[in-house]
Amino acid sequence: MNSEPAIRTKDLRKSFGETRAVDGIDLTVGSGTVYGVLGPNGAGKTTTIRMLATLVRPDGGTAEVFGHDVVKQARTVRQLVSLTGQFASVDEGLTGHQNLVLLARLTGYSRSAARRRAASLLAAFDLADAADRTARTYSGGMRRRLDIAASILSAPRLIFLDEPTTGLDPRSRNQVWDTIRAVVARGTTVLLTTQYLEEADQLADRIAVIDHGRLIAEGTPAELKSSVGDRAVHVRLADPTQRTRAEQVLTQVLGVSVRPATDPATLSSGAADPALAGQALTALTAAGVTVATFALGQPSLDEVFLTLTGHPAGERSGSEELVP
Amino acid sequence: MSTASATTMTATPPETGLDAVLLAPERPRPPHALTATLVLSWRAAIRVKNEAVEQLFDILMMPVVFLLIFSYLFGGAFAGSVDNYLQFFLPGVLVMAAVMQTLATGHTVSLDIANGVFDRFRTMPFWQPASLIGTMITDLGRYLVTLVLTAALGLALGFRPDAGPAGMALAILLILAFSFAFAWIFTTVGLLTRSPNTIQAQSMLLMTVVFCSNIFVDSRTMPVVIRTIVDANPISHLATAVRGLVHGTVTTGQLGLVALSIGLLLAVFGPLTMVLYRRRGNG
Repeated sequence: MNSEPAIRTKDLRKSFGETRAVDGIDLTVGSGTVYGVLGPNGAGKTTTIRMLATLVRPDGGTAEVFGHDVVKQARTVRQLVSLTGQFASVDEGLTGHQNLVLLARLTGYSRSAARRRAASLLAAFDLADAADRTARTYSGGMRRRLDIAASILSAPRLIFLDEPTTGLDPRSRNQVWDTIRAVVARGTTVLLTTQYLEEADQLADRIAVIDHGRLIAEGTPAELKSSVGDRAVHVRLADPTQRTRAEQVLTQVLGVSVRPATDPATLSSGAADPALAGQALTALTAAGVTVATFALGQPSLDEVFLTLTGHPAGERSGSEELVP
Repeated sequence: MSTASATTMTATPPETGLDAVLLAPERPRPPHALTATLVLSWRAAIRVKNEAVEQLFDILMMPVVFLLIFSYLFGGAFAGSVDNYLQFFLPGVLVMAAVMQTLATGHTVSLDIANGVFDRFRTMPFWQPASLIGTMITDLGRYLVTLVLTAALGLALGFRPDAGPAGMALAILLILAFSFAFAWIFTTVGLLTRSPNTIQAQSMLLMTVVFCSNIFVDSRTMPVVIRTIVDANPISHLATAVRGLVHGTVTTGQLGLVALSIGLLLAVFGPLTMVLYRRRGNG
């Protein structure tokens, strides 16, 4: 309904000393959508989010949130957004209930409205039983849920989630995903960062891939995957010494590049025709290579990067992940 | 999840809970500065309460030890008798007890700010100094406990305030006001030095400043150079005014000097702390 974008940045820049954390990023995020920012550690994801959330002042370029400049109209922007940082932004010394009441009061709710809001959120996020325990005793998944509950407490129009599922077990991760979907279904715009292609694929309407502070690809998950190919063969060998042999066989059968992974017993192909995968497995066996696992799946973030940039997504000794 | 019970508030199914929060997008107006400060002071109080025993030990150790050592070991030599010295020293030890606590306030604030929840606070539309002032107001409660208990020990040992309970109460209020202002020095320092390892050095430095005052002995006994320094120390002004209040001899000039220090400290270190606090996310 609303054609005004939730976020619009132009040539956004931020350096920390010599490091160009964000080096000229243009983004447009539609209202009511989920936008995924995908990139390795140190790519500039966190810095971008912190600039949009008014925590960090850009060095150059402009950024607008619902048409309001994040520097000149920071106060207005703060009324519209909510940030869930990479490290849980809940107060560990307070109970779940106290955390939410605190934030509701600081948003401007009266004491009784704050309590009501805290109670309905704790119920909605399956935390009612843990309401009166200090957040210190919460599991990683519970903490994240409390964190997201805290983020939507003020009914923001836009929420930023910085790596919402990093470090969570699969079950908690699915719960967080469901929560994000439920929040979006009610009209909130979400910008999330992630290191996992699968997460961006599951949740995001559009994805931006950033590396070294620059935007290297942008589009819907389908566009992105078709540009890198969405079927890759991942093989794990029983005997690492057979890897060179396996590499030769796979390259020959699949007709695409095959790379050894960091793990000495595994290797992955680039995008391959799924029909050839079966032949590849037969050929490997025929060549006397003992295969421990053989999988056909999405390319990893590493492969996306290799395809898009020609270099692996190496961890840069960037300043981004340090707590500023 | 029954069919017709959507209107009842009590049996709210999870999905409805989310609806109740998200589909009523009536945003309240940002809280008043005072409300935000009190709410954040409540937060700090919960944290203090959670470790009440450690806190009590922390705030009482130094004043009690100093009061006993200086009165009983040095009192006779300094002032002819323990009792004489106690009349002079107790107001001073009260000043020292509160001023040394301001260091802990700065430390608490700087550790607290590293907590992720402060990132959230900074993106919320309330009056930002409340995040720091809330903690500092709660710490006034800690100073008050220190002062009252130290004063009680002093009275038990034989301290007799000539101006009675009213003088004591006014003296304590003056110390609280000064300490609140003085604490901004250490919030500034706490934001500048991110490493908690400097706390030892800061503590030594503050101790030196405290010793270079008239808390322990009258500056008239000191060499001229030292005496000039000691007489210029705002902590000396506070100790003098506090002695005046408890013994009923205070002058307007003495109180004026303390008021001036309070004003200057707030005017310089208050804004400085806030600028650093704002900038912290930029590092």
